Amino acid sequence: MPVPIVQLDQVHRSYRMGDEMVYALRGVSFEIAAGEYVAIMGPSGCGKSTLLNLLGCLDRPSSGTYRLAGDDVSSMDDDALSTIRGTRLGFIFQSYNLIQQLTVLENIEVPLFYQGREEGESREIAQRLAARVGLGHRLGHKPMELSGGQQQRVAIARALANDPRLILADEATGNLDSTSGREILALFDELVAQGRTLIMVTHDPAVGERAHRIIRLRDGLLETDQRR
Amino acid sequence: MKRSLMLTRLKRSVRLGLRSLWLHRLRSFLTMLGIVFGVCSVIAMLAIGEGASYAAQEEIKSLGSQNILLRSVKPPEEEKVQGRRENYILSYGLTHEDVRRIEKTIPSVELVLPARVMREYVWNISTRVDAEVVGTFPNYPRTRNHQVARGRFFTNTEMDAAENVCVLGAEMARRLFPLHEPVGRDVRVGQHYYRVVGVMEARTKAAGAGAEHSGDASSGGSSPAADRMFIPLETARRRYGEVLANRRQGSFEAQRIELHEITVKVAKPEDVVPVSDVVRDLLSKNHKKKDYDVVVPLELLKKAERTKRIFSLVLGSIAAISLLVGGIGIMNIMLANVTERTREIGIRRALGAKRQDITTQFLVEAVILSGVGGLLGVALGVTIPFVVSRVAEMKTIITWGSPVAAFTISALVGVIFGLYPALRAAKMDPVEALRHE
Ligand SMILES: Nc1ncnc2c1ncn2[C@@H]1O[C@H](COP(=O)(O)OP(=O)(O)O)[C@@H](O)[C@H]1O
Ligand SMILES: [Mg+2]
Repeated sequence: MPVPIVQLDQVHRSYRMGDEMVYALRGVSFEIAAGEYVAIMGPSGCGKSTLLNLLGCLDRPSSGTYRLAGDDVSSMDDDALSTIRGTRLGFIFQSYNLIQQLTVLENIEVPLFYQGREEGESREIAQRLAARVGLGHRLGHKPMELSGGQQQRVAIARALANDPRLILADEATGNLDSTSGREILALFDELVAQGRTLIMVTHDPAVGERAHRIIRLRDGLLETDQRR
Repeated sequence: MKRSLMLTRLKRSVRLGLRSLWLHRLRSFLTMLGIVFGVCSVIAMLAIGEGASYAAQEEIKSLGSQNILLRSVKPPEEEKVQGRRENYILSYGLTHEDVRRIEKTIPSVELVLPARVMREYVWNISTRVDAEVVGTFPNYPRTRNHQVARGRFFTNTEMDAAENVCVLGAEMARRLFPLHEPVGRDVRVGQHYYRVVGVMEARTKAAGAGAEHSGDASSGGSSPAADRMFIPLETARRRYGEVLANRRQGSFEAQRIELHEITVKVAKPEDVVPVSDVVRDLLSKNHKKKDYDVVVPLELLKKAERTKRIFSLVLGSIAAISLLVGGIGIMNIMLANVTERTREIGIRRALGAKRQDITTQFLVEAVILSGVGGLLGVALGVTIPFVVSRVAEMKTIITWGSPVAAFTISALVGVIFGLYPALRAAKMDPVEALRHE
């Protein structure tokens, strides 16, 4: 049996708020196989974003282990995590998180830059990805000049720059009108069809329906885990 | 391969830095001004200081760094005998005996050059110049480092025969003979005519001032602007005798002065200071009154150099402070910059940027600020002395080291003051940074 791309074992994450401790995750365990399309759902404040940050190696568990494609990430140093984020993961955020002073093309190139790609090569990749998300004609535009849906498509192209196997999306359609949202979800379907693993956080049941598996959290604990 | 990769990375960081600085151009420019003024004031002040001290040193050098200058000084007038006020002859100053003593007792002395200095009008027909007539020896040019430009100096033979020959200072030659070559012509002083055998080299403004300064001290009453005319000492003795008369506000005052100046040239520069001590000793033993003055140009030179060092030190401190202020300005802006771009930092970290990448990015920006500021400062700092020397007719000297040093330091300031904000940016937690508004 192939190694699952994500293995969480009794993952805790707590924050100190002054004198009080906030327990955002209180022992979450699950596995996700390569190629799965997973939605993480649950009420606000239940720990979805916290979980996604951990999965995205932006954060480390307070206790428990997280294996990414078999590698124990919880014990890695900052540089190693940065490299993993840059090469094996792609992020898509609710608020797009494009760099405002850079053009569409340059935004897509950012992850390539940090992996030390040749300029010509990375330009080519960025152009191809922009075309793929339907923005081949907007390469020189700044994010401000684009609609929300277009910005999110730039973000998707950027997430794909280093051809990662795992894509993480936090409320990717949360700021979008339904038409734009549908476009984004269609892109997600394509990514999954290519064999990528996609984990998205959403509180919209209609969006969650698109995924093949729904993991529900409540108060930092796994409530249900249903495959369809 | 690895090197070229780093180079491309740096190139891109620089481009990125320029972009984000350009985005806030006014702010970047204002921040840069601190460094611009710091660097520019360092270079300009150093250039002006260097120029001033060069002028001072040239002035002193023109007196001869191997020389010891002795001058007759009128002693305090305490000994005027009552009742004889009207016809009193004041006798003081250096004597031929002093010359002989120095020559005899101090072996490391190469030359001893006596001189008498008389304030006179020198005439060419109806043109008149107020000058100092200096009676001295034929080796004056060599001793005083003041060469003959045209013709020659007078000779030993002319000296011994007390002939009426003279060598004119450059400025008075020009004023007396604006149209003709003076060599071979005559000038008149009182009732006596002197054949012009040579014209001295013009001295630089500063150097000329030095020579006149020495004349000023020796004869007490002469104006510092006077030009000098040289005649054989023997001739001077015959024409003027030992007693020089001065008419002052109707009352008659005469002074008996054998020699106004003695220049002692020492063979080796390292002997100048010890010999000057011996000379002082010798004079104080043989003069009852302090009617002379000893000037050692080398000591003045050393003093001038010391002053210059202190000046440079003060300047350096001012420069350091201004660059410090500039650096603080950069740090301040970079901190604001980092705070403003917290979100961007978070994004970049999420996309694979290592801490070091973030550090580099902000450091490069700081160094661009200080570096461009430094370049502008150098440009301005090189221009200002140029303008000053044109407008104020002051000598300024830009040594190539000062712009280089100022620029290097300003770039370093960027590194030093950019480092803290850059490290702070790199240390941010990616999750926190992403959440930042
Ligand atoms: N950096 C933090 N410091 C303190 N508490 C935090 C922090 N991040 C999240 N929390 C808390 O952890 C809990 C889970 O938050 P989060 O994962 O953002 O929830 P969700 O995304 O499901 O709305 C919340 O109670 C939140 O207040
Ligand atoms: Mg959330």
